Amino acid sequence: MSTHEHVEEHFAGTNKLFISVWIWLVVLTAIEVFLAYKPMSIFLMLTILLGLSIIKAALIVAYFMHLRFERLSLVLTIVPMLVVCICLLFAFFPDSFRSLGLRYQFKESPPPPPVEQEH
Amino acid sequence: MSTEARAVHFPAADWEGGTHPYRVGHRKLGMWLFIVSDSLTFSALLIGYAYLRASNVWPTPFPFYPSIVFASVMTFCLLSSSLTMVFGVSASSRGDKAAARKWILATMVFGAAFIVLHLIEWNHLMHDGLGPFRLPEHWVQVFTTTDGQLPSPLFGATFFTITGLHMFHVATGLIYLGVIAARVKKLNHEDVEISGLYWHFVDLVWMFVFPLIYIMSVDIGGHLTK
Repeated sequence: MSTHEHVEEHFAGTNKLFISVWIWLVVLTAIEVFLAYKPMSIFLMLTILLGLSIIKAALIVAYFMHLRFERLSLVLTIVPMLVVCICLLFAFFPDSFRSLGLRYQFKESPPPPPVEQEH
Repeated sequence: MSTEARAVHFPAADWEGGTHPYRVGHRKLGMWLFIVSDSLTFSALLIGYAYLRASNVWPTPFPFYPSIVFASVMTFCLLSSSLTMVFGVSASSRGDKAAARKWILATMVFGAAFIVLHLIEWNHLMHDGLGPFRLPEHWVQVFTTTDGQLPSPLFGATFFTITGLHMFHVATGLIYLGVIAARVKKLNHEDVEISGLYWHFVDLVWMFVFPLIYIMSVDIGGHLTK
């Protein structure tokens, strides 16, 4: 404990807190698996799953990775730019939906699926 | 004395040198920056997967057993390994190096279990005939649409790339934790905490890979088992 200099070595958070975070993570995972077998539109499913994943990620980052107990300046340096960079990648999606619409539409009966797959 | 007083009253003095502006050491800050860059790598891969999935006919082939059961148990292993890791870091902060080593070894056991289960799961799929650019024949027959559009053979490419890169991170983490566990008595607390950051990050990535790759590809109607 005498090695304290500029950097704080204290690791905040009790084992009880970490166990309750772990229980939450397991419960949210169980909800995801349960939802997998509920018939719903793919967009609704994607929204719910991503929402749950972001909550789980936030729990891990905040408590297990200890970011909640760090200085706000560190959080503001790391998190917002990461979120902005990831959102910039969404720019590709309009092209993705466009290329689905460019597929050839069969006017007559379609050819049968191939029996043998080429290597 | 006077500079310390200034640092307390004027946060701007943090940036004049001689202090840690973020109150973390340079190694820990370096690990955070690595985590940010690696998050972008995985984000790019997952968005590439979403791009291909949205622009193609995409098979949804995973049965409850083995795929979803295995993936769920693997998720449980990784979550539990994060818990044991945080216990290890907590023990290390109290100066209890022996307990820290035991918890890190427990973390490694869960990590190794994850890799073994994942390889068994890969083996199931490859045995079915899935390859990086090839779907099993019966998947092609089941998932061809009524107007004759074939399912994308890139399913395997995205699956093996994303889960493979993640598995590589887990394997690297095992080596990293092995070194930390072996040398824990010589290392200071911050080194242990940094290894914990890396391990939690591996867990964090799986929190996105598991729903997007596995849950979104469940064979709900049981088409492949009929």
